Amino acid sequence: MNSRKIELLVGVFVAFAIGAFFVLAFKVANAGFTGSGDTYTLYADFENIGGLRPRSPVKVGGVVVGRVAAIELDKQYYTPRVRLEISRQYDNFPETSSLVILTSGLLGEQYLGLQPGFIDDSVHLLQDGDLIEDTRSAMVLEELIGQFLFNRN
Amino acid sequence: MLLDRVQRLGATTLQSIAGLGKAALMLAGAVFGKPNVRKGLPLLIKQLYVVGVLSLLIILVSGLFIGMVLGLQGYTVLVKFGAEGMLGPLVALSLLRELGPVVTALLFAGRAGSALTAEIGLMKATEQLSSMEMMAVDPLRRIIAPRFWAGVISMPLLAIIFTAVGILGGHLVGVDWLGVDAGSYWSSMQANVDLHQDVFNGIIKSIVFAFVVMAIALHKGFDAVPTSEGIAKATTETVVTASLAVLAFDFVLTALMFGG
Amino acid sequence: MSDLMVDIQNLTFSRGDRLIYDGMSMRVKRGQVTAIMGPSGIGKTTLLKLIGGQLKPDQGDILFQGRSIPKMSRAELYQTRKSMSMLFQSGALFSELSVFDNVAFPIREHTKLPESLIRTMVLMKLEAVGLRGARDLMPSELSGGMARRAALARAIALDPELIMYDEPFAGQDPISMGIVVKLIRELNNALGLTSIVVSHDVAEVMSIADYVYLVAEKRVIGEGTPEQLRQHESPLVQQFLKGEADGAVPFHYKAAPYADELMELL
Repeated sequence: MNSRKIELLVGVFVAFAIGAFFVLAFKVANAGFTGSGDTYTLYADFENIGGLRPRSPVKVGGVVVGRVAAIELDKQYYTPRVRLEISRQYDNFPETSSLVILTSGLLGEQYLGLQPGFIDDSVHLLQDGDLIEDTRSAMVLEELIGQFLFNRN
Repeated sequence: MLLDRVQRLGATTLQSIAGLGKAALMLAGAVFGKPNVRKGLPLLIKQLYVVGVLSLLIILVSGLFIGMVLGLQGYTVLVKFGAEGMLGPLVALSLLRELGPVVTALLFAGRAGSALTAEIGLMKATEQLSSMEMMAVDPLRRIIAPRFWAGVISMPLLAIIFTAVGILGGHLVGVDWLGVDAGSYWSSMQANVDLHQDVFNGIIKSIVFAFVVMAIALHKGFDAVPTSEGIAKATTETVVTASLAVLAFDFVLTALMFGG
Repeated sequence: MSDLMVDIQNLTFSRGDRLIYDGMSMRVKRGQVTAIMGPSGIGKTTLLKLIGGQLKPDQGDILFQGRSIPKMSRAELYQTRKSMSMLFQSGALFSELSVFDNVAFPIREHTKLPESLIRTMVLMKLEAVGLRGARDLMPSELSGGMARRAALARAIALDPELIMYDEPFAGQDPISMGIVVKLIRELNNALGLTSIVVSHDVAEVMSIADYVYLVAEKRVIGEGTPEQLRQHESPLVQQFLKGEADGAVPFHYKAAPYADELMELL
């Protein structure tokens, strides 16, 4: 086989692999969103984070706008503090917005639902490093069952 | 009696360490030698063809089938929980994290690794390596290095192709045949697959496996007893040792990457 | 420059536990065909590899043009090897290259000559061994004799000063044997080479060699011109030259007395 044909086939092979990589990166992993340059950071305190994990999505009406970057325990109050990275694309949430920990389906993963609040003249927009104060914790199934039984009696 | 056994254990240990050292030296000689672009590049391209392009078919076919099997098996389990929407992440994560790199490495060891061992063993048996050395051409540079680098470049590429084809295979069975919603197949995949954690880690695994398989295959060939039995034995050893080494390294890498 | 091409001094070499050479000395004169003969399995190929620096002796020294091969650094050794060349028993042609590319291989590796000049050189060398017409064949398409001639063309491609032949006559039919004999002698005279021929084919060696060493039992047992060797008084030398089955080298491998072993079974 002559070397031109070999070079051609090797070129096709490498191009094929690069194409497959882009499929994996953009179609499968949805890259380009979690990059570090185009996000800003918000904080939120919860009483109980349930099954929330780093990298869980933050959604507004089902649309992913960011991800959980880290979860730490506040040493003073012993409450979990969640660090969020929100895409710069969505930088006009008011400070009255609230966060809820939700579950996708009965057995699905938990994610953060961001509920944009009202806006008037006295309300500022959330900036990099701000704290979202209005939060609702995760439903814990055991507590729910306990409540249900308690109420029946 | 006991002393004899301990002594034999010691001897075996020393031998394997010496073998490892020899392999490492050979590898270093091949890898860190200063490359000659004018002569090296055509050799590398030729070997990319032999090692990479010729392995493509087996990778495509097996990737497709493994993806289809994952789609079928995953569906039958997930549908019991009404969670067939999670089929996408199941297929994608299994392939990206484990099956893509590992199965590619195993197939590669069987297809390209054994062929390389046999080729180099035969070159040794027919005195081609010796005669090259007498012509003042270093066989490590001329024979080993291009094959090594071709393998190290090819294997991650093959693993990427394998994974992509496998995900399409899962789509074929899950969506086109069993009726999982195409939108939820892709969107739940995108929500659960992370570029760094899953895609890049899988590629890193594959690169490590490539080094391991190529080092074993080339060393076994170079070290083969130059007879037909010797070459047959070396070829078998390449497949067995390389496969076991890939699985062992896979455990270590998985523990490092996903265990924490 | 002295007229000694290779000077082997007091060479001792063992492979594993087996001693192969024990204090052997040998000299190869420039411009001559020196033959090394001996029974099979005494490590004649090993000797050539020692001269080529592929193996290192346990003791003793090997001088090539006055410089010690075992003491050379790797780079020096590779430099030195460009002026020597070895014809392997099997030919050792590179199986993935055509005859032309095989002969061109050392030229392409060691020079930066333009392709047109390389072509001329290769065709010259192929012409010398009578294979100019076979240049596009692959090594697998050649007969044993042709493969050896092609390998010879490759060995002389860079005009070496020393050429070593490993069993050049083994397994050849009488005609190709005759061709090889003629080539060795002619190349030696025409190119001013120095040749070392390792062989156990007595008649052919005696017909072309200027000087012969007879090696057996880890050392040189006889040396001289072919004529001197025929007159040698040692029974070992005579047995080898005449090819007698039994004599100073016993027919039987070392063993316990036959009668004893037969008795053991009973």
